[in-house]
Amino acid sequence: MIQSFRLESGGLINRDKKISFKFNGKNYYGYEGDTLASALIANGVHLIGRSFKYHRPRGFFGVGVDEPYAIVQLYRNGETEPNIKATEQELFEGLEAKSVNCWPSVNFDVGAINNFLKIFLPAGFYYKTFMWPKSFWYKIYEPFIRRAAGLGTASIKHDKERYEHKYEYCDVLITGSGPSGLASAYSAAKNGAKVILAEDKSRFGGTLLTSEVNIGNQSGKEWADSIISELKEMPNVTVKNRSQVFGYYDHNMLVMSERISDHLPKTKKFHPKQRLWYIRAKEVLISSGSIERPIVFGNNDTPGVMLSSAAKEYMKVYGVLVGKKPLVFTNNDSGYETAIEFKKNGINPIILDTRKEPQSEIIEEAKNMNINIKNSYVVVAAQGYKKVKSADIAKISDNKEELGSIENIECDCICVSGFWTPTIHLASQSGNKTKFNEDIDAFVPGISKQNEKTLGAANGIYTLEETLKDSFEKGNQISKEITNNDNKVSFPNVVEKKSTVHDKFWCVPLPKGKNYKRFLDFQNDVAVSDIEIALKEGYRSIEHVKRYTTLGMATDQGKTSNLNGLQLVSKIENKVVPAVGHTTFRPPYSPVSIGAIVGREVGKHSKPTRKSPMHSWHEKNNAVFVDAGVWLRPRYYKRGEENLFEASKREAKNVRTNVGVCDVTTLGKIDIKGPDAAELLNRVYTNAWLKLPVGKARYGVMLREDGIVMDDGTTTRISENHYHMTTTTAQAANVLSHLEYYLQLVWPELNVNVVSTTEQWAGAAIAGPKSREVLRKLFPKSDVTNEGLPFMGYMEGDLFGVKAKIFRISFSGELAYEVNVESDNGYFMWKKIIEVGEEFGIQPYGTEALSTLRIEMGHVAGSELDGRTIPYDNSLEGLLSKKKDFIGKRSLSRKAFAAEDRQKIVGVVPLDKKTSIPEGSHLVKDSNAPLPNPKLGYISASCWSVEHDNPFSLAILKDGKNMIGEKLFVMSPLKNKVIPVEIVSSHYVDPKGERVRS
Amino acid sequence: MLHIKCPHCGMRSQNEFSYGGDATVKRPELGKEISDQDWDNFVYNRKSLRGKHWEFWQHLSGCRQWIKVQRDTATHEIFKTLKANEEIS
Ligand SMILES: [Zn+2]
Repeated sequence: MIQSFRLESGGLINRDKKISFKFNGKNYYGYEGDTLASALIANGVHLIGRSFKYHRPRGFFGVGVDEPYAIVQLYRNGETEPNIKATEQELFEGLEAKSVNCWPSVNFDVGAINNFLKIFLPAGFYYKTFMWPKSFWYKIYEPFIRRAAGLGTASIKHDKERYEHKYEYCDVLITGSGPSGLASAYSAAKNGAKVILAEDKSRFGGTLLTSEVNIGNQSGKEWADSIISELKEMPNVTVKNRSQVFGYYDHNMLVMSERISDHLPKTKKFHPKQRLWYIRAKEVLISSGSIERPIVFGNNDTPGVMLSSAAKEYMKVYGVLVGKKPLVFTNNDSGYETAIEFKKNGINPIILDTRKEPQSEIIEEAKNMNINIKNSYVVVAAQGYKKVKSADIAKISDNKEELGSIENIECDCICVSGFWTPTIHLASQSGNKTKFNEDIDAFVPGISKQNEKTLGAANGIYTLEETLKDSFEKGNQISKEITNNDNKVSFPNVVEKKSTVHDKFWCVPLPKGKNYKRFLDFQNDVAVSDIEIALKEGYRSIEHVKRYTTLGMATDQGKTSNLNGLQLVSKIENKVVPAVGHTTFRPPYSPVSIGAIVGREVGKHSKPTRKSPMHSWHEKNNAVFVDAGVWLRPRYYKRGEENLFEASKREAKNVRTNVGVCDVTTLGKIDIKGPDAAELLNRVYTNAWLKLPVGKARYGVMLREDGIVMDDGTTTRISENHYHMTTTTAQAANVLSHLEYYLQLVWPELNVNVVSTTEQWAGAAIAGPKSREVLRKLFPKSDVTNEGLPFMGYMEGDLFGVKAKIFRISFSGELAYEVNVESDNGYFMWKKIIEVGEEFGIQPYGTEALSTLRIEMGHVAGSELDGRTIPYDNSLEGLLSKKKDFIGKRSLSRKAFAAEDRQKIVGVVPLDKKTSIPEGSHLVKDSNAPLPNPKLGYISASCWSVEHDNPFSLAILKDGKNMIGEKLFVMSPLKNKVIPVEIVSSHYVDPKGERVRS
Repeated sequence: MLHIKCPHCGMRSQNEFSYGGDATVKRPELGKEISDQDWDNFVYNRKSLRGKHWEFWQHLSGCRQWIKVQRDTATHEIFKTLKANEEIS
């Protein structure tokens, strides 16, 4: 293919480096420095997609971030990415892209039939039509909409690319490297401030790359280049291109996405694809410039209709002509600059100026170049389907309401300029109260809420000299306050052509008898008629009009459509624009990849993985692991072909008959020291703690202030003022914060220190009737008899040269011990336990067997202490001290907590002694009762009782105290199960607790 | 993300802290008779003010100290931070 629209010379592209790429399966060539858009235009490709609603042909409208049309599906290095703007995507060797929204193809699109049926697709169409009948939604409407709509297809493959996050602090963050960004960065940097200058595009300089100006005897581009190279040399300055500051959050935190590798055929080794910067800036200078806004006219969405500034940039930066018979339609002087650029490149443009007799230096220059200028003229409608072929134009009356006779002139592109809209998104996001500027018919930043200032065109300042002056000064001023340096920068001499005022005209009236679609929002296909309907139907608030019509709700967030929409509402409503107000700008300014937001925290990096020191032993011995919070714990140890049920039954049974060992390292451990430690425990736990002797452990329950059980565990008095507290695995962090809250804020007079020691100790629970035999072998020098180490006793021991803490506590209901050693010795301890336990038939057991053992003995755990139960509900009321006050005690005397028929923990056994009971099932009196069937309680935990060899569950049951012996039904609609059951005591094993004391 | 000045560590990002509720609520003394209404006020009833609000935060991933922060609930502006033992004036 020949690049038939490429100029012979010029542009900032590298013509020495040809780049091949594919679009919709066809091969093309472009140059290094092209975007996909500029390369396609150079090749004469103008049809790039179909519109969202009507599937009308779509071409290019802009040249950068504001592009509403040219959205493609990108293929790069075996991956695909949707929603890529062709105007932003830099060309690389082997790039492949495809149109979206086209089915079956961009040239023949079934959805375009919507266009001919557009009478059925007015504003609110989706709301009105797809509302009823309700049953149609899932089967008919939604699949239809999903196929016809959408801006591409997300990949369902795992994303192999790496995305990084970075946190940065700076004195001044400057968003945009146009004239105001460069000038302010330069003077702030000269004062020694730590500056970050962010530029969204690959090239620095903004409008300086395309405007005919002179700064200090240099062209705009030369000046920009010299400033940038100087800034890059300064150690206090970070200059970043391809970096979009897209969000302004609280306390001057801004987020920037840096596209590090998107412009390369593939990401370099050890490089991320993108990097998200969280920047906390002392001051922010917003230099985001302005976006040209369109004038609204008939069929103004036809490919070939585009912003005049874009046409100029395609010529000046990319050496590409957007057309060879251009029509420039303008209400201000900017259109003339585009026309002049065409003329310089040997193309004869025609200018239609809505103004009657404008006069300025730029207009004079155009006249001197013999450019055909038609004053008081408008484009009534573009003609042509897949590309502009001609334009219907007409003279317009001075009051801009009457059109003269329609003339048709041939053209292949219409370059529109309806003046400039400051890019106030970041300022608005920061909480700035924006105000309407009558002179430019647009909103500009007003009163700041955070430390931000807006410069240059983003602030509605449209002359270079004023912009530079203001920006040099602001950069100096704010940095001076931070660094106390005042290094004045000499102001360069600026030459620019003066322009005259623009015409506030923005929408061409319809000629009589014609009903052209005049589009406001090009990405969401919102036309003038849609807004009119919305207002007719009674929508008033601009926020409602927006949602009803979807104006400005597309991925471009209405960058080119917002103001014209407001103009229209204000005209119909006969209100001034500021009275209509604008919709809220929200981050992100431009779409950001989900990958960049997620960063490195994907897959196994999404959360830390904590492993006990014995983990490698478990792995070697066929442990199947389960996530317990961030911990990995053995769920069971697989032997042969065993499944979970068989293995856990074997392990639990072995604990009841012989002895088992379980890794309990994950239990929360808190070291408590200080003369008031006992007093703290006495206030935190519900039972009495002041008289616990040294060398003894006690079980305790702690409540929240509202009386709900927070956690349980044992605490051991190691020495006079030293206690060792254990918590459940899940609540470890909360309990520590809870203790710190009371010690620091409520009872600072208590002299106590608390610190987490969870990771300092490795723990093993040795449980079963033969556990004492194992202990004897482990600690031959210690007296571990029932007298030497009684139930709830504690001692220190010597485990083959390793110091150990031995607690005689039990979670399983059997005679049991917990041995703790320093984490580094955990593996050694475990090996020794297995070794000496072999002769007693010791087996490791996992969390599944652990659960079975605790459930059948009725020991409550997380599924009962679920943040909804009080001590009574868990049959822990015996632990409530009557003599002393404690956290949450007062709440227990609230009426509901003292109700006679209060819920209580019970045991549940299926009548057939066979059917397993699903956890979470409901308990009801009558399984056939009409719905809603009154629920009496719920199953909190289920197991297969190894003691009785039948299923057993725990439940929290209304009036549980009086329900023992009752026959009820367990219902699980989810599992479609109804099971007749008997209510029994929650202590299904050794109800008198003799074994633990044996 | 808020930027909170820990009186012990200096300016830190919000993700190092956890929120701990209204700092003007005082826990009733232990063992003291208290009416149902007063107890409910302590446990449940909060004003949910718009504007300046003293609240507890814990510098969880830092020094682990509980601190007092005066924040505007509407604008997130932080006016003052105090150590646990400093009285709200
Ligand atoms: Zn701190």
